[in-house]
Amino acid sequence: MQKIRARAAQVAGVLLPPVIMLGLLGTIWELVCSQPGSALPPPSKVVTDTWELIIHPLYDNGGIDKGLFWHLFASIKRVGLGYALAAGAGIALGVLVGSSKWAMRALDPLFQVLRTIPPLAWLPLSLAAFRDGQPSAIFVIFITAIWPIIINTAVGIRNIPQDYRNVSRVLRLNGFQFFTHIMLPAAAPYIFTGLRIGIGLSWLAIVAAEMLIGGVGIGFFIWDAWNSSLISDIILALVYVGIIGFFLDRLVAFTGKLVGRGTVSV
Amino acid sequence: MNTGNGEYLRIEHVCKTFGTGATASEVLRDVSLDVAKGEYLAIIGHSGCGKSTLLNIVAGLTEATQGYVFLEGREVHQPGPDRAVVFQNHSLLPWLTVYDNVRLAVDKVFAGRMSSAERHDWTLKNLELVHMTHAIRKRPGEISGGMKQRVGISRALAMSPKVLLLDEPFGALDALTRAHLQEEVMKIHADLGNTVIMITHDVDEAVLLSDRIVMMTNGPAAHIGELHTVSLPRPRNRLDLIADATYIASRAKVLEFLHKKSHYVEAA
Repeated sequence: MQKIRARAAQVAGVLLPPVIMLGLLGTIWELVCSQPGSALPPPSKVVTDTWELIIHPLYDNGGIDKGLFWHLFASIKRVGLGYALAAGAGIALGVLVGSSKWAMRALDPLFQVLRTIPPLAWLPLSLAAFRDGQPSAIFVIFITAIWPIIINTAVGIRNIPQDYRNVSRVLRLNGFQFFTHIMLPAAAPYIFTGLRIGIGLSWLAIVAAEMLIGGVGIGFFIWDAWNSSLISDIILALVYVGIIGFFLDRLVAFTGKLVGRGTVSV
Repeated sequence: MNTGNGEYLRIEHVCKTFGTGATASEVLRDVSLDVAKGEYLAIIGHSGCGKSTLLNIVAGLTEATQGYVFLEGREVHQPGPDRAVVFQNHSLLPWLTVYDNVRLAVDKVFAGRMSSAERHDWTLKNLELVHMTHAIRKRPGEISGGMKQRVGISRALAMSPKVLLLDEPFGALDALTRAHLQEEVMKIHADLGNTVIMITHDVDEAVLLSDRIVMMTNGPAAHIGELHTVSLPRPRNRLDLIADATYIASRAKVLEFLHKKSHYVEAA
């Protein structure tokens, strides 16, 4: 009994502060936006306006007239594909740059310049190259996510302690054994830092990219809602975008914890 | 080319200079030494005298600028499991369990010569030698510094090395743990008859453990200052030795070398 009470107190201690804060902010929002002539709807109006969207996330009337689930699912699919490509290529390039002095000298300046280009600036170029919105959006995600993955992987590889390299030399591990037994686990904390930054940036970029390419996707949903002056729909979409962004970050962090076998702290 | 003639481990006119030109620093100058099979040799000297560099050259981790190292008549060019190193900071892989750290070495060294079951038994046997079988599923981060060093020793022993190289193996441990581990290393040496080269800066440790003590002069350009044979019978007991005349004389000789003949250089 005592145990249950202590546990309940612990859970309440974690849950209550954000719930109270949320209630407080919601109340302020409600009060401020309930004034006549307010440009934005209060939360109560958001819920009543969007009630149909909230309770029917799965409806599909064809075209882009779909429930929010389908929009979010389309966005997640684009991010998933672009991000997976970025993770694969980014880790491979990071390993190359991290282990070869010459690869680093040749490629690092290039990366440092390219990574400062804002994601959306790539979109016109990729539209010109692919002549289609879908691969262009995926390319934008790819090019957004890849830089932190490359740079962090390379730093991780370069920071492998000399001790571990000495162990590998005494054991005469071959290249592949060194890669799997020493390099990847030793660099895992850095790699997963890069992967987490990458997933965050991807999710940031997808909304903007979808606003421009159109079609099914949460970005275009928001833009479409703005064009139809459905401000409540926009607010609901933003809530979903935030929650999914949070879970994507947690997902990568959790994977890092599993793969890193205790070396990746979250 | 010169070849080693019959000695087990022979270090021949080894010189080491790091860097070139104006920034070059000469660490070792003309170090020659023969180590017999089964001998326990300690190398002692002040910090920065190049004793670790010498050990790394024997290990093959560092290349000598001049001179050669021969093991059983064959020149040493690169690191290998026949010269297993116990590193000062244990160098266990933190993502592997205690068992897997040793098993990785066993798998690599005995692949093709032992079945998987035999490699498993050999791994456990070597962990048993250092009394670490109770923690085989633990990660290095979950065990104490002394235990980590035991596992490091176990990993090195598991390679069945011709020479065991200990780089200040007990330097980072507290005095009691250090004494424990010294006892265990003495026992293992008595049981298995390993050839050991140990770097240390602890005079008592050198006298207690070794058959011969190599005293290095201060760098730069360190070389062998004196050799001292510790003619104490084995097994040795640290408590009996406190009042032993031979022990006291050996200790005095090393101390005298370190503090009189090779005075400490502040810059080192």
